[in-house]
Amino acid sequence: MITKEEVQHIAKLARIELTEQEVEKFQKDLSEILDYFEILKKAHTSSIEEQPSSLRTENTARQDIPQKEKSQVIEKLISMAPQRERGYVKVHKIL
Amino acid sequence: MTIQDIRNSLLKKEFSARELAQEYLVRIREKDQELHAFLNLAEKLALAQAREIDEKIAKGLDLPALGGVPCSVKDAILVEGVLCTAGSRMLENYVAPYDATVVQKIKKAGALIVGKTNMDEFGMGSSTENSAFGPTKNPHDPTRVAGGSSGGSAASVAAQECVISLGEDTGGSIRLPASFCGVVGLKPTYGAVSRHGIIAVASSLDQVGPMAKTVEDAETLFNVIRGRDPLDSTSVEINPKSEARNPKQIQNLKIGIPKEYFAEGLDPQVEKVILGAIQKLENAGAKIIEVSLPHSSYALADYYIINMSEISANLARYDGVRYGAAVPGENLLATYMRSRGEKLGAEVKRRIMLGTYALSAGYYDAYYAKAQKVRALLKKDFEEAFEKVDVVAGPVSPFLPFKIGEKVESPLAMYLVDIYTVTLNLAGLPGLSVPAGSAGGLPVGLQLIAPAFGEQTLFETGKAFETLIGTI
Repeated sequence: MITKEEVQHIAKLARIELTEQEVEKFQKDLSEILDYFEILKKAHTSSIEEQPSSLRTENTARQDIPQKEKSQVIEKLISMAPQRERGYVKVHKIL
Repeated sequence: MTIQDIRNSLLKKEFSARELAQEYLVRIREKDQELHAFLNLAEKLALAQAREIDEKIAKGLDLPALGGVPCSVKDAILVEGVLCTAGSRMLENYVAPYDATVVQKIKKAGALIVGKTNMDEFGMGSSTENSAFGPTKNPHDPTRVAGGSSGGSAASVAAQECVISLGEDTGGSIRLPASFCGVVGLKPTYGAVSRHGIIAVASSLDQVGPMAKTVEDAETLFNVIRGRDPLDSTSVEINPKSEARNPKQIQNLKIGIPKEYFAEGLDPQVEKVILGAIQKLENAGAKIIEVSLPHSSYALADYYIINMSEISANLARYDGVRYGAAVPGENLLATYMRSRGEKLGAEVKRRIMLGTYALSAGYYDAYYAKAQKVRALLKKDFEEAFEKVDVVAGPVSPFLPFKIGEKVESPLAMYLVDIYTVTLNLAGLPGLSVPAGSAGGLPVGLQLIAPAFGEQTLFETGKAFETLIGTI
């Protein structure tokens, strides 16, 4: 069973504020699911490389050429930010 | 009505596309009071598209592949100018700024987009009960779930609120609700369909696919949406000359039955329907061969570790700053934490937290790295099976559609619903759910699985099966 402090630590890493009741519920849920994940320990994977070749994929990067977007589209995207100022997304001071 | 029926009637002028759109919109308003398959109607859009189709017909122009066909779209897929919530309070007021590539394609093909369908929040769930806006009911029994996460799409097709639907499948989200609602659903091969404009869940697993009443209609919709898209670097064009495009007839088909899919945990009522279905395929001349997928018992745990890890990264974008809901705090960190804490539902929080845990320092090797290795083993299981057979067949889910509320208290019980569907997403394989019969009035779906890009084999086998059991 993971501890309440661990639940709170994970929640902070995940940037999620939890209520007291949630911490209790998630302590139980997360422990139960992590216990279930233990089954993977039984799988023999010593023959499989660190990065399995069958899952390795080729990179398909495009040319890095800037594309013009219509100003209406840009305005639409910016307008979705909860806080804006003069065409910019506004955030709290961090320094 | 099928796509072909609509086409014939429109060309014979038995009704106009406008009349058809209006008829379906009325039907949705009526039936959805009970079912709740839709989150939003797109009435203006549907009528505008109908006008274009009627003009085409009046001018004697060619009717495109989906001309005048009422279509619903899962609420994880962007339709420009229409709300797109993904079943979450976080995106309650989010209006899609552009069309997903698949939406552009169905619009161009003349489909009438009637509305956006209900889903588990961000696709996380197997019953649509995790929607922030309330569950979708099963049209066959409204006290039961429609399956999930594309439950609204499946119910809308089953209740004839539309003819076809676009769903999205990360671990069974098209095939399971198709099975529970008695409709056809395809999860295409990873890369077969563009995901540009889809709200991402787990990027190495997500795939958009068609849902319909018949295999033929699912095939028509698939052919409209498939293909490479420069805006999704994982998408590819299927070679039209590949062997998979010329599938075998049922008499020459070798069908593999994985013994691990008929083990403990399978509801005997589901087993009976599926074994009956396999018997019919054998009677029609298919060769039935027992195969083994020896690592099956690891599939579910493996899937959820990878799913949750990718979710924890993908959903970091919902931060109360860029778009979506925001709950302001006294500093930036508090804004992040409060917005996510208040606006995300319980299952979404559970998965983000477990994914964060699995990827955190000290745990990465035990969870994520191990899961990637087991994923390679699961993929190999199928590769070995496909050396002996053309298609693998089995149940979609071990369960019949369950009662609303029955599994909501236990996340693990809900995860078990997906035990036969998740491996295909891990291995990137295509899977088709076809109605196979019913038990106590509840539909049961047969899952047909093919090698990568073997969609045509699935369609031909599915159509032959529909004829055998008399759905068509």
